[in-house]
Amino acid sequence: MTNDVILRISRVAKSFGAIKALRGVDFELRRGEIHALAGENGAGKSTLMNIIDGILQPDSGEIVFDGKPVRISSPTEAQEMGIGFVHQEIALCPDVSVAENIFMAATNTSRRFLMDYRALQRKAREILSELTDIDPATLVSQLSISNQQLVEIAKALTLDCRVLILDEPTAALTEKEAQSLFAIMHRLAERGIAIIYISHRMVEIFDHCDRVSVLRDGQSICTYNVAEVGPRDVVNAMVGRVLDTLYPDKQSEDEKSDEVVLKVANLSDARTFSDVSFELRRGEILGFAGLIGSGRSEIVRGICRLEGEAAGTVSLCGQQLNLRHYQDSIAAGMVYLSEDRKGDGVFLDMSIASNVSALAVEQVASRFGIIDRGREDTQAGTLGRRLNLKCGGLADPVSSLSGGNQQKVAIAKMLSVNPRLIFLDEPTRGVDVGAKAEIHRILRDLARSGVGILVISSELPELIGVCDRVLVIREGQISGEVTGADMTEENIMHLAAVHERQVATA
Amino acid sequence: MQKTMEMATPATAAPAVNPVMKLLRMRETGLIVIIIAMFVVMSFASPYFLTWVNIRAMVMAFAVEGIVVVGMTILLISGGIDLSVGSVTALAMVVAGWLFLQGVDPWVASAMAIGLATACGAFMGFFVTRVGLHHFIVSLAVMVIARGICLLFTGGRPLGLYSLPPEFKFIGQGTIGPIPLVILIFVVVVIAFDFLLRRTVMFRKVFYTGSNEKAAAYSGIRTKRVVFLTTTLCSALCGVAGVIYMARFGSAQPTFGLGMELNVIAAAVIGGASLKGGSGTIFGAILGAVLLSVVSSSLALLDVSVYWQDIIRGTILLTAVTIDHYLGKSRK
Repeated sequence: MTNDVILRISRVAKSFGAIKALRGVDFELRRGEIHALAGENGAGKSTLMNIIDGILQPDSGEIVFDGKPVRISSPTEAQEMGIGFVHQEIALCPDVSVAENIFMAATNTSRRFLMDYRALQRKAREILSELTDIDPATLVSQLSISNQQLVEIAKALTLDCRVLILDEPTAALTEKEAQSLFAIMHRLAERGIAIIYISHRMVEIFDHCDRVSVLRDGQSICTYNVAEVGPRDVVNAMVGRVLDTLYPDKQSEDEKSDEVVLKVANLSDARTFSDVSFELRRGEILGFAGLIGSGRSEIVRGICRLEGEAAGTVSLCGQQLNLRHYQDSIAAGMVYLSEDRKGDGVFLDMSIASNVSALAVEQVASRFGIIDRGREDTQAGTLGRRLNLKCGGLADPVSSLSGGNQQKVAIAKMLSVNPRLIFLDEPTRGVDVGAKAEIHRILRDLARSGVGILVISSELPELIGVCDRVLVIREGQISGEVTGADMTEENIMHLAAVHERQVATA
Repeated sequence: MQKTMEMATPATAAPAVNPVMKLLRMRETGLIVIIIAMFVVMSFASPYFLTWVNIRAMVMAFAVEGIVVVGMTILLISGGIDLSVGSVTALAMVVAGWLFLQGVDPWVASAMAIGLATACGAFMGFFVTRVGLHHFIVSLAVMVIARGICLLFTGGRPLGLYSLPPEFKFIGQGTIGPIPLVILIFVVVVIAFDFLLRRTVMFRKVFYTGSNEKAAAYSGIRTKRVVFLTTTLCSALCGVAGVIYMARFGSAQPTFGLGMELNVIAAAVIGGASLKGGSGTIFGAILGAVLLSVVSSSLALLDVSVYWQDIIRGTILLTAVTIDHYLGKSRK
């Protein structure tokens, strides 16, 4: 009961109808600490944060802020108390300048009649200079997603906050930007600001946080000092059982094969990548590493003709392909799982069954193109069971599922055409730890059954844990390959960004 | 080897939703209940309401427009919208009439008029999918252009087509047994498209495209082609409607169909189509049209001023969409 506690939450409960989102959660935040909050999707993290930010009201329990019991009835009130919240989703006005976005709250409460744009720009530049070199006069719509995220953080910093909540801030950042964000977090913590840091990435929690609290099923499970435990303890607390291994076994020596599933030679498009050549062999999981913007997704989309024209040759199982459209790629047995699940991976408001059948509805239809609902349900049911999909009914919309299960629907869609090769772009982004391990195991099983698997990921531990071989992409070209014991974060980062010293030494 | 992954209950059994509950939650059920309630109330309020003549008049009032509602609903599902339906219908009517007066066989003239309407749709589809403009703007422009062409052809006066052969007039005026042919055509079109939309691969792609165009493209669907075709289909059905109107009235009116687009969109939206695309049914949209027609007819029988009718129709539209909005929220 030291008085360096800025925020204490005791026995807070919150229900939505019959669903108990929080059942008596305790949480304690000290001045100047970076406190990680971990838990699977649906564990109650967002509900708890929304209560702290005044968006939701608790049904019962007590919140003590700075020694005084408080009721936080709106985000504005939370701001006045000094609580800043950087949401995972970017909520900026795209057609307005960076400076105006940063000071939106101040402008909102300002009593002046005219805007003082010059002062606005100057103050914005001061705040931004701590983070990055964005020009405050640019329009938000012209910034990359990662820069928009930094603007969101800058916006929270203007509020002179004492508690800063960051909800998965690095999901859209490159490694370098993430590192500068961590440096900023440490600086803020030294000033006495308490930071609640929500992340799925164990590496970040263990490298940059002081304590970690774990939520599961709406209950607070434990709080650890990061220095005293390891990632496995946290993961086990999150899933409530002992995961024997975080990653499935790798390809064994006798599973290696010389049979080439995919052979790409001298693939180039005019803009983002050039002269890409590589092979993917039967039974292996091949990884693509690279910074965001390096062209790794574009290469894969170029191979299966999802966007643009690409020169070069692509052969699948020894046959040279002449694809004109992504449809041809699907027909040949080559499919792509998109990185932006909600944006272009699934049809959120359509049923699970019609999502699964979307790649080739003809398969569940008669010769005359009439859909057989029974066959469509059977297809979704069979694939769903194979992937251990948890859902109410196959007619439910995909929006009713958790992130991990939505991703399983997207994977089921890929499997519906019995592909020979699957490209997976960030297959576990926004997926909780349990489902993540399941997806990794599914990938290994598929590879064993002879399906070619190529995984693109920004998470280096994932690539290292899952892949048998990793190709590193830099500026649209393959800059190197790592296998076996050489697959380390240092080696991959070195190949991904040799020009950027900061990263190599970070 | 971890081949089996049964960690928890893999709950993908048959859908456990009670079919009765499902029926109750459907938009169509609500509309049918409201329509029946209006029938009951009106049959007490006016002895004339439940007569064969009045019912036939009510159905005739929306039957031809109903064909346009079908096209509009499909276009809305694909994520588009068409403001030009009234003008294109009038254009088909005027061009068929004008060609007939120039001595062209009425059947050939009709086919050419439907062809021209289809071309209008293809023209809009081109600007939307190839140039990349918004449906709203493109169809607004075509609405004005097509109306202008109508007035140009006719000098602003209706074309009297008294010499139309009786077998042609039969399309619009004839009856088979007690039932007007127009109503039969309408019912066939509705049943055919309702089935196609619910059950065929071709139209499932329309739902995918409207629900999430990018996800559809990432599923190998040629989304631009889908949008082009739904835009063209909507205008083609306007052409069909225009020709039927000409046969029914025995004249071609350049100012016909003013404000039709609003009625048609209202019917589709009351019937559950979303302006964001991805949802809607033909059956629901037609019930929307029925509801609007029953309301108009009731108000007329109750001697309510014509001016009130628009106010009431607008209110119904707003109410339906508001209810839908809240139902959509509570489901999440």
